[in-house]
Amino acid sequence: MRIEEHPILTFKKGRKVEFSFDGEKMWGYEGEPIAAALHANGVRVLRRSIKLNRPRGFYCAIGNCSSCLMKVNGEPNVKVCVEKLKEDMVVETQKGKGDLSTAKISPVSSSREGKRIRKTDIAVIGAGPAGLLAAISAHQMGAKVTLLDRDSKLGGQLIKQTHMFFGSEEQYASIRGIDIADILANKLDREKTDIMLDATVVGYYREDGVLGIEQNNRFIKIKPERIIVATGASERVLAFPNNDLPGIYGAGAAQTLMNEHGVVPGDNVLMVGAGNIGLIVSYQLMQAGINVKAIIDAAPKIGGYWVHASKVRRLGVPIYTSYTVKEAYGKENLEKVTIWELDEDWQPLKGTEMDLDVDVICIAVGLSPLAELLWQAGCQMKYIPELGGHTPVRDEDMQTTTKGIYVAGDVAGVEEASSAMVEGSLAGLCAAKSLGYDTGRFKELKKEAINQLKGLRSGPVSEGIRKGLKQLIELRRKSKND
Amino acid sequence: MIEKTGVPTRKDLAGIFPPKERLEKGPVAVIECFQRIPCDPCYTACRRGAIEEFEDINDLPRIDFERCNGCSVCVSKCPGLAIFIVDETYSEKEALIKLPFEFLPLPQKGEEVDALNRQGEVVGEAKVVKVQNGRYEDKTPVISILVPKKLSMEVRNIRLRRTSDE
Repeated sequence: MRIEEHPILTFKKGRKVEFSFDGEKMWGYEGEPIAAALHANGVRVLRRSIKLNRPRGFYCAIGNCSSCLMKVNGEPNVKVCVEKLKEDMVVETQKGKGDLSTAKISPVSSSREGKRIRKTDIAVIGAGPAGLLAAISAHQMGAKVTLLDRDSKLGGQLIKQTHMFFGSEEQYASIRGIDIADILANKLDREKTDIMLDATVVGYYREDGVLGIEQNNRFIKIKPERIIVATGASERVLAFPNNDLPGIYGAGAAQTLMNEHGVVPGDNVLMVGAGNIGLIVSYQLMQAGINVKAIIDAAPKIGGYWVHASKVRRLGVPIYTSYTVKEAYGKENLEKVTIWELDEDWQPLKGTEMDLDVDVICIAVGLSPLAELLWQAGCQMKYIPELGGHTPVRDEDMQTTTKGIYVAGDVAGVEEASSAMVEGSLAGLCAAKSLGYDTGRFKELKKEAINQLKGLRSGPVSEGIRKGLKQLIELRRKSKND
Repeated sequence: MIEKTGVPTRKDLAGIFPPKERLEKGPVAVIECFQRIPCDPCYTACRRGAIEEFEDINDLPRIDFERCNGCSVCVSKCPGLAIFIVDETYSEKEALIKLPFEFLPLPQKGEEVDALNRQGEVVGEAKVVKVQNGRYEDKTPVISILVPKKLSMEVRNIRLRRTSDE
């Protein structure tokens, strides 16, 4: 089902086109993800699992996981959550592994590029809040910047954040994330910044510091003097029986589907996780006219901001703390879920089971840094639960243990978008300065960024963040001394 | 308890309600913000200096009830939608409440709607007297409703009795 009207958003749609799904004719809007078009047509089962032939739908909706692989125009293993719909596309359920021997595949070509290696001062990977600010501030210092993103739009996950941001004026408080994306995109010097969209960085070559990039089926090589990795984070999964049923989505995936593509994820939702994402997405589901039956969290307390919790409570949505999922049920799609209470030792209590008829479960149990490129580059990583998992060891300038590689935003430790923006500025400033670029304002701007971060992280809600970051910086200091 | 339920307790509320004498004088902002989080737009939004400057961005807002005149410019700027205007002087039996409302359909002036408390339960009836939905509100419309005076500190949301614009 598609969202007809929305209190915050208006949806820009391409022209109506026909396509086929397993031989059946359907229609969608040109340019929307195939998965969104299928969902709007009531199709949630996209493929069958390799061994047990279980139905699978999408999970992340932004091209991170591989839950949505389908056969499109004969080509297997296409991520339909990001692949754009075109007229007369032939979309088929993928069964098992995709067969490449009979597949019609358009090979990635490097012919036009040949042996050419493009040069740039600073490559910023990821154009979300952190990457955009990194590009803006590095450019302001005078560096030549190449900004890369695998999506077709600037803004990263800002483009689905319909709520007003917290923080202060400097971090665009009171402005909706979607509008901040526009503000930041307009601040970019588009003439002098090399913006590469639909461009996936597929590899970092340690030997010569070259980035391999796939863009529109071409293979491009860039050798930057500095790299700022601002790749963000991905949504975690939660283990429970039948957690792979179509209809069980990352909360951010549901948000992408409804706020970016204007398609509702279902009718009745259970939200798992009462952190900020769980609370915010619950509210936004209600804004899209979807019923949120309950929000549960295994922790004894609400992890997100209480004001977000109060907003959903005023709408009549219950929040059950110390509750988790016992089991999900359904044949091809999610039909029902049983939740139960946990005791003080996080052990389930028999007899507390509650059944909820839901066709969607949103999983909002945290994010993990998308750090593949950092692993490739050999950056020292440290497992820090408070920051979302394996996080790069880095110094105060946001530089990792690999010289010339900087980090910013969720990949450097999962936090809020406001701190991601300031980290981006800091990384951009320091990377540019390390190449000798400085308009004379470096010191002042760096100090300002550091003070802003200190302020944002000084409250009780940031205790874990402070502890985690301190560990990373101390490890960096140690390795510098060694 | 709010950390478990998302609903402030009587005690939480007692700490932030304007004094009775102030309520008797006219409209005033009630800021239902109980947690230290990094956020200060209420201070930036207020044009009368009624919300004190934040020393630390994580501070809870401190409001000078004498300076606040209940003008409501802060209501649509609070990212937590935690600010309400209460006017207990509206009439002998009714209080006026201004609250943020980001849902469709929007209520219309004169419409009778359900009045909800902080748990989303219907506690009475409210009459919509004004809908502010201009450029300043920026898609966080501010709805003015009339409720029985005794509900002025209970009602914090409304629910329409219709589902479409018909």
